[in-house]
Amino acid sequence: MLELRSITAGYARNAPVVRDVSLSVAPGESVGLLGPSGCGKSTLARVAALLHRPDSGTLLLDGEPVRHWRHRAPRARRTAIGVVFQQARLSADPRLPLTDLIAEPLRATGRGGEVPARVAELAPAVGLTPDLLTRRPHEVSDGQLQRACLARALVLRPRLLVCDEMTAMLDASTAAALVAAVEDYRAATGAALLAVGHDRTLLERWCDRTVHWDGLA
Amino acid sequence: MDPMAPVLSVRGLSVRFLLPRGRRVAAVTDARFDVAPGECLALIGESGCGKSVLASALLGLLPGNAQTAGSALLGDLDLLTADERTLARTVRGRLIGLVPQSPAAHLTPVRTVRSQLEETVATLTATRGRAALRAAAEAAAERAAFPADHLDRHPHQLSGGLAQRAATALALVGDAPLLLADEPTTGLDRDLVDRTVDELRRHVDDPRDGRRRALLMITHDLAAAERIADRVAVMYAGRIVELADATVFFGPAGPRHPYSRGLLRALPDRAFTAIPGMPPELGDLPAGCAFAARCDRATDICAGPPPPGTLACHHPHVPEDVRA
Ligand SMILES: Nc1ncnc2c1ncn2[C@@H]1O[C@H](COP(=O)(O)OP(=O)(O)OP(=O)(O)O)[C@@H](O)[C@H]1O
Ligand code: SF4
Ligand SMILES: [Mg+2]
Repeated sequence: MLELRSITAGYARNAPVVRDVSLSVAPGESVGLLGPSGCGKSTLARVAALLHRPDSGTLLLDGEPVRHWRHRAPRARRTAIGVVFQQARLSADPRLPLTDLIAEPLRATGRGGEVPARVAELAPAVGLTPDLLTRRPHEVSDGQLQRACLARALVLRPRLLVCDEMTAMLDASTAAALVAAVEDYRAATGAALLAVGHDRTLLERWCDRTVHWDGLA
Repeated sequence: MDPMAPVLSVRGLSVRFLLPRGRRVAAVTDARFDVAPGECLALIGESGCGKSVLASALLGLLPGNAQTAGSALLGDLDLLTADERTLARTVRGRLIGLVPQSPAAHLTPVRTVRSQLEETVATLTATRGRAALRAAAEAAAERAAFPADHLDRHPHQLSGGLAQRAATALALVGDAPLLLADEPTTGLDRDLVDRTVDELRRHVDDPRDGRRRALLMITHDLAAAERIADRVAVMYAGRIVELADATVFFGPAGPRHPYSRGLLRALPDRAFTAIPGMPPELGDLPAGCAFAARCDRATDICAGPPPPGTLACHHPHVPEDVRA
């Protein structure tokens, strides 16, 4: 499904934060990537989600090398991957009610017609009630906003889900609920998962296999 | 002053937000707790349950549409009725040291840690003169285990853990009897969480300066709470539903309120199952127990207000030894 080969990436040419890292995720597999704060795992997650172009190395998606990142990536490849970040508030447009937040990727890909049915299906799956869907981000809690961000990541039915510290801001019960929502989606669709984080207990409980950052370079 | 008298004594604290069209949000309802010198009380509960609103009420930082009731005594001063001048001049920094939720955001980005510490020392203490300020800033950094050779760095040049120590050093400058830490470990990895909370704990009973401070730590990190708390207060839908000794709470007997038990069961090293359902709307709380819709022990009497005291439940779990 996803293969990262000798990826080097960062924000300044002379000081990469990811050096020569290799990692692969098989179709339907869930892989936990464990590493300490600041090690560069979020940067690697952004590379895997086609959001950050690496300085060197190869990324294969379904066996095909990726040549374009961000908005330049072909739509079919971008939509194959769903991403959830740690800080829901930084990744959610504050003007949009949760319904529109969830629907945004559908509208952006010209599939606005599917919005009502898809939102009606996803909201209960992630545990959002109808009254919450009309509210804007500042009117909901972190946990409720993260539920909406997960729904948005699932709305295009991705074959790979990348979750970067998805539950780090959440209480234990909300965290367990969101992990269960991800696993229900994967059980129904066979999607693969790359879950990035620093909580060993969580990742080992959640994923088929957990790899440590230090073992990847 | 009585050395064992509580540093902070909260009684009947309620906070309501008034919204357009007559809507009212009951963010905190009837909170009652004390924090003693040398004690760490952890306030836990899911996001949005009212923990940070409670902290803002203690600091006088609620927005204009908030109404408070009850009292929060810090010595003789009621924090809920104190005017802004008193809060700004004598409370924030001097009586309450605040360790903020995101230290990196709390520090001023364009100035070095040293200059921020020196300024805070000059504002909060009687120290005057360049050499004396410099020495006091270095002493403050040392108390928070902030390395002296990093004092001339800017906040963005610090790792998360060092930014946290810089923020802790600032919080300690005024030598406040109460430390208030709001989610001090969010986003840190486990080693850093342990180091950070251990450092906070050291200031509660500090052999180096002989001071006993009180620490109120707000967190959703149950492992962090278990590590340093003496007592645990569990908040649900704006109410403190259980106040318990930390060793009992995290020990084999476990907590007694069904919500607290559900929260612990959700941990990945326990059952890893979420509490079914969602927390209720704080604008539309039932008259009885707010947890009833999600509780497997609920009966008809749960539609009536839960009993007052340290355990707000009609059918709490009974410890094994009592039943035997
Ligand atoms: N936009 C950016 N510009 C410059 N440096 C950055 C940027 N984003 C991240 N960094 C730096 O890159 C390094 C690795 O960051 P990254 O966020 O990938 O680490 P992480 O392992 O996810 O850490 P954490 O667990 O603390 O989130 C850090 O030193 C960070 O400060
Ligand atoms: S009062 Fe009733 S509904 Fe509420 S927690 Fe106790 S048993 Fe459950
Ligand atoms: Mg990260």
